[in-house]
Amino acid sequence: MSTATLEMRPDFKIVAEIVQPGTRVLDLGCGEGLLLAWLATNKKVLARGVEIEAQNVRKAIARGVSAYQGDIDEGLADYPDKAFDYVILSQTLQETRAPLQVLTEMLRVGRKAIISFPNFGHWTVRAAMLFSGQAPKTDLFPYDWYNSPNIHFLSINDFEDLCRKNGFPIERRYFLSGSKKVNWLPNLRAQTAVFLVG
Amino acid sequence: MVVETQTARFDSIPLDCGVTLTPVEIAYETYGKLNAAGSNAILIGHAFTGDAHAAGVSHEGKPGWWDNMIGPGKAFDTDRYFIICSNVLGGCQGTSGPGCVNPATGKAYALSFPVITIRDMVRLQKMLVDSLGIKRLLCAAGGSMGGMQALEWAVSYPEIVLSAIPIATTWRHSAQQIAFNEVGRQAIMADPDWSEGDYYETKPPARGLSVARMVGHITYMSDESMREKFGRRLREKEKFGFDFGVDFEVESYLRYRGNQFVSRFDANSYLYITKAEDYFDLTNGTGRLVDAFKSVDTRFLVISFTSDWLYPSYQSQEIVRVLRRINGDVAYCDLQSNYGHDAFLVDVAEQTELVRGFLDSTARAAEAA
Repeated sequence: MSTATLEMRPDFKIVAEIVQPGTRVLDLGCGEGLLLAWLATNKKVLARGVEIEAQNVRKAIARGVSAYQGDIDEGLADYPDKAFDYVILSQTLQETRAPLQVLTEMLRVGRKAIISFPNFGHWTVRAAMLFSGQAPKTDLFPYDWYNSPNIHFLSINDFEDLCRKNGFPIERRYFLSGSKKVNWLPNLRAQTAVFLVG
Repeated sequence: MVVETQTARFDSIPLDCGVTLTPVEIAYETYGKLNAAGSNAILIGHAFTGDAHAAGVSHEGKPGWWDNMIGPGKAFDTDRYFIICSNVLGGCQGTSGPGCVNPATGKAYALSFPVITIRDMVRLQKMLVDSLGIKRLLCAAGGSMGGMQALEWAVSYPEIVLSAIPIATTWRHSAQQIAFNEVGRQAIMADPDWSEGDYYETKPPARGLSVARMVGHITYMSDESMREKFGRRLREKEKFGFDFGVDFEVESYLRYRGNQFVSRFDANSYLYITKAEDYFDLTNGTGRLVDAFKSVDTRFLVISFTSDWLYPSYQSQEIVRVLRRINGDVAYCDLQSNYGHDAFLVDVAEQTELVRGFLDSTARAAEAA
């Protein structure tokens, strides 16, 4: 666990910045547990993860992370209210079947939710759609429409809209292009968004 | 690594059935060294017909039943941990059981041996652990009935058990599990040689015990593993014999395993231990597993296997769900295997990965605390 490094995705670095030391963290779709292992080592958090792929769960547990194999929607229902300080959903919201339900559950189970997602409003996506007339295939969304894990497509504006309508207070927002922060026209220029909600 | 089975003796043990057994002996083996802080002890519980010889090689040259998991550099790394494995109460491999001589009568207990439970087995293990001067267990682990013991340890002695690894197991025996055990018991009791359990001076109910074992073996495999291992292959013949001798490989295998079992296992122990399994219910009949785990602070690694139909994955998942409900520390993986229930004994590469990582992080956290 001590060897975990943050040579990871830029949105992980933002998450690592947000999470306060010594807190309780649940990572939904934790993959091989890299982020959790890093947080456990460097921020002394109490780390828990949910992951659907057996192979990833195995690697996470081998890394010392308390991960369990399960579905995000099904898994959350068991937890008591406010069991965690942070519930993290990184790059997975667009893959969940019922995103609103997942967000609602995240905010029930956690005091705060940290959500990152690829921005469907990015100019490359808009341009791809405009010029090809086909489902956009870009660096950000590299899949053909028929084998994409993504089943919902949302932009930064869409997410803000959803939070407003449902009364989810957005505490902080981070917009990234590669690993650089974007301040100007984020819905057009940011590839990835990270929101701290709650 | 040649290992020696040792025996500990205690004056008495109170049992769940209300009887006090006097005296009681427990056979055990240890591997690795207890560190100065006494913080690296791991207790392994064996499955139904296992024994204290979990690892290393016995004087007779027999490897331990979990030798692929316990040893230097293995999942339960004996370079790092001190491992204890004991034969269960009611067994027939050195721990007090129905086949032992009752000092009060000078004859074997047979059916006068009190009916025991998984909790009784664990109570005796606790006496052993105490007598070895161990104050805390880094982990209690085991598969199948060994997993029941690991769960019982966590629930009965939560302040002592830092972590638990229940593998391919359940928090209470299901109707199907009880049913298979009952078939085994009936096979034994229907054998005239059983003689109401009083056969120690005559001959044991070999036919009944071997049929019981045959049924058991079927439940430990899977449809797929049997298809792969035997298919419909005939045994040393080209065509059917048109009689009731052995035609198929699978028949030959089951007969072989049945016969082999008779020479190493006591039929009455079969009755007692299967009964203990059937009585096993962490909730004592309330069905409220949340209450059973209420004061449990133990860290858990739960493992099930996709093709295990004797202890199906859903039973492990029930444990995991309840631990989540109390916000417990639980890791869980449903490992892909075709070996059925036997997977925890034979398909150990991925299991090793999980156990090693889990123990390592548990030990590190304990050191840091």
